[in-house]
Amino acid sequence: MAALDFLKQLSAASGVSGYEAAVRKIIADEFQPYSDEVRTDKLGSVIGLKRANTGQAAQGKIMLAGHLDEIGLMVTKIEKGFLRFTQVGGFDVRVLLGQEVLLHGQRPLPGIIGSRPPHVLPADERDKVIPMDELWIDVGLPEAEVNDLVQVGDLVTVTRTVVELKNNLVSGKAFDDRAAVVCLAECLRHLAAMKHSWDVYAVATVQEETGLKGAMTAAFGISPDIGIAIDVGHGDMPGVPEADTLKLGQGPGIAFGPNIHPKLYEKLVAVAKANEIPYQVDPVPGATGTDAWAIQVTKEGIPTALLDIPLRYMHTSVETLSTTDLERIGRLLALFIASLDDKTLGELKA
Amino acid sequence: MLLEELSNASGVAGNEGEVREKLIAVVKDHVDEYHVDTIGNLITLKRGTGPEPRLKVMLAAHMDEIGLMIVAIEQNGHLRFRPVGGIDGRVLLSKMVYVGKDRIPGVIGVKPIHLLKPKEREQVLEIDQLTIDIGAKNQEEAQGLVKLGDYAAFATTFATLGGTAKGKALDDRAGCAVLAEIVQGGPYPCDLYAVFTVQEEVGLRGAMVAAYAVSPDLGFALEGTVCDDSPKKKDLSPTTRLGGGPAITIMDRSVIADKRLVKLLMDTAKELGIPYQIKQPGVGGTDAGRIHISKEGVPSVAVAVPCRYIHSPVSLLDLTDFQNTVKLMKATLARVKEF
Repeated sequence: MAALDFLKQLSAASGVSGYEAAVRKIIADEFQPYSDEVRTDKLGSVIGLKRANTGQAAQGKIMLAGHLDEIGLMVTKIEKGFLRFTQVGGFDVRVLLGQEVLLHGQRPLPGIIGSRPPHVLPADERDKVIPMDELWIDVGLPEAEVNDLVQVGDLVTVTRTVVELKNNLVSGKAFDDRAAVVCLAECLRHLAAMKHSWDVYAVATVQEETGLKGAMTAAFGISPDIGIAIDVGHGDMPGVPEADTLKLGQGPGIAFGPNIHPKLYEKLVAVAKANEIPYQVDPVPGATGTDAWAIQVTKEGIPTALLDIPLRYMHTSVETLSTTDLERIGRLLALFIASLDDKTLGELKA
Repeated sequence: MLLEELSNASGVAGNEGEVREKLIAVVKDHVDEYHVDTIGNLITLKRGTGPEPRLKVMLAAHMDEIGLMIVAIEQNGHLRFRPVGGIDGRVLLSKMVYVGKDRIPGVIGVKPIHLLKPKEREQVLEIDQLTIDIGAKNQEEAQGLVKLGDYAAFATTFATLGGTAKGKALDDRAGCAVLAEIVQGGPYPCDLYAVFTVQEEVGLRGAMVAAYAVSPDLGFALEGTVCDDSPKKKDLSPTTRLGGGPAITIMDRSVIADKRLVKLLMDTAKELGIPYQIKQPGVGGTDAGRIHISKEGVPSVAVAVPCRYIHSPVSLLDLTDFQNTVKLMKATLARVKEF
């Protein structure tokens, strides 16, 4: 299906790290028509395998990784019908105040992360960030019903209907990193009409936000010759130096730095240039904070690269990106894969 | 449901037209007269059935909600804004709004956590540090879509959650919906001036003007009021409780309610078995604050539906509280008499 529609479908689904089943199914269904085999590994990552289709043995294995888990919250205490919570993944607690959420109890319960109104707050309290243990979730039900429907350990996701802004920009939750899964689907879609001599493993990984765990175990299981992670990179916004961001709508960031195999970087740039796909250089001096960090050091090491989707307001419910960039990444990946041949592995070593 | 329609409509203080139009459509066949005054109040009269001279009772519910106003369009296409009414800036982060009469969607974003220095995580962002992002590439594009002075309202969709309902602006669309039901009921012995006021949130302004024009004998403000009944570290009694019934004001920061009206409400409630509660004294202000000092004075009181999280993008009320507020007011209106 079209990129924006798939993104909306993925964003609407709930799948906090470790509890990704609902999202997994949507992805498996989408990968199916474009893959030779779709399977789920032991930790829950979805792997779509599209085999080399030149009639000869595959000349290598490439793994693409985009994570399907989202950051969320977990119920820690039920207090007179109100829920106290902690985080699964990294939230800036300041963005949670007044946020609508979905509490996954015995059934999904819409809720609100409550805030005390200004009328009752003394002036000095309004200058402080409210810590997470002083927030609560209100599902608007009587205490007895809450006790029946909710238990400690229940997951909570933030609620946001995807909204379309100007210039093909869209805003929503869980674009980090389901937008990358959209890119994987786009890539598989393009490959359906292309010849490629390498086996392609499109992997929607789990538990990235809580330690890159899906990438570690999937990369171990697949043992690819090349790994490319697709994740989100900080988009331009007021108050952040340009040096730290990528521009929305001007193509993916192609990362460069110690986490990235320099020859893979050059190859990706060459393919982008040859096909007039706009891109931006994304210098990352240390850990990229993505599945690429885990893939690079799997087993005896895997040449790894990273494509970044420029995205504003990361880890909020209004993450914003350009759908044009998603389409570009899908194409770039497919064209890159089609360029791989029996010389590639030798070129990487040189 | 009228409450749903009113909650979803845009009506930031100073721009209440959409809400007013919906209310006119609902009440016009149930009142004898209505007009819109110079500041935008919708003033209606439903004549009573009692013998002349009849008591003139003014019921006021405000149509306006808190929101934002665009004050600058930056070079990068982002919009700067200021609050209309009292908003705790901390609730604005990571929220969605609709800007202007074309309801252009925009988001209030935040610097991502990954880029924050540890000290920054402890800092409350001031409203003047925030922007609305509508996706415009630059100033010129943004200027073609929105203008200085455009209002922005929260993009929250109303929904029922079992016996409660969540939505934006329940302060005071709850009061407006209660008043609309009262108007559709009756007949009442007294002359009922149902006034849907404007600009309560920026200083109880509409009520001042409406009370002067109507010159009522008695005044009731109908509100969606502070409900602070969730767990806290300190043992503070809540301002009101959800599910505790309509909240009667004895005293807030704008008025000391006329104790005869308070007694009338309480007696009526007790007699009919309608649950009620007394709002924590000293909190907030309502249109009653203006009505009671209009001209030579008007005995007044406020009756409210408790709402959690008012003055934030999404608030919550109990539908039974809503129904009981309507019930209590209708019964009380049948009994008001001259003091």
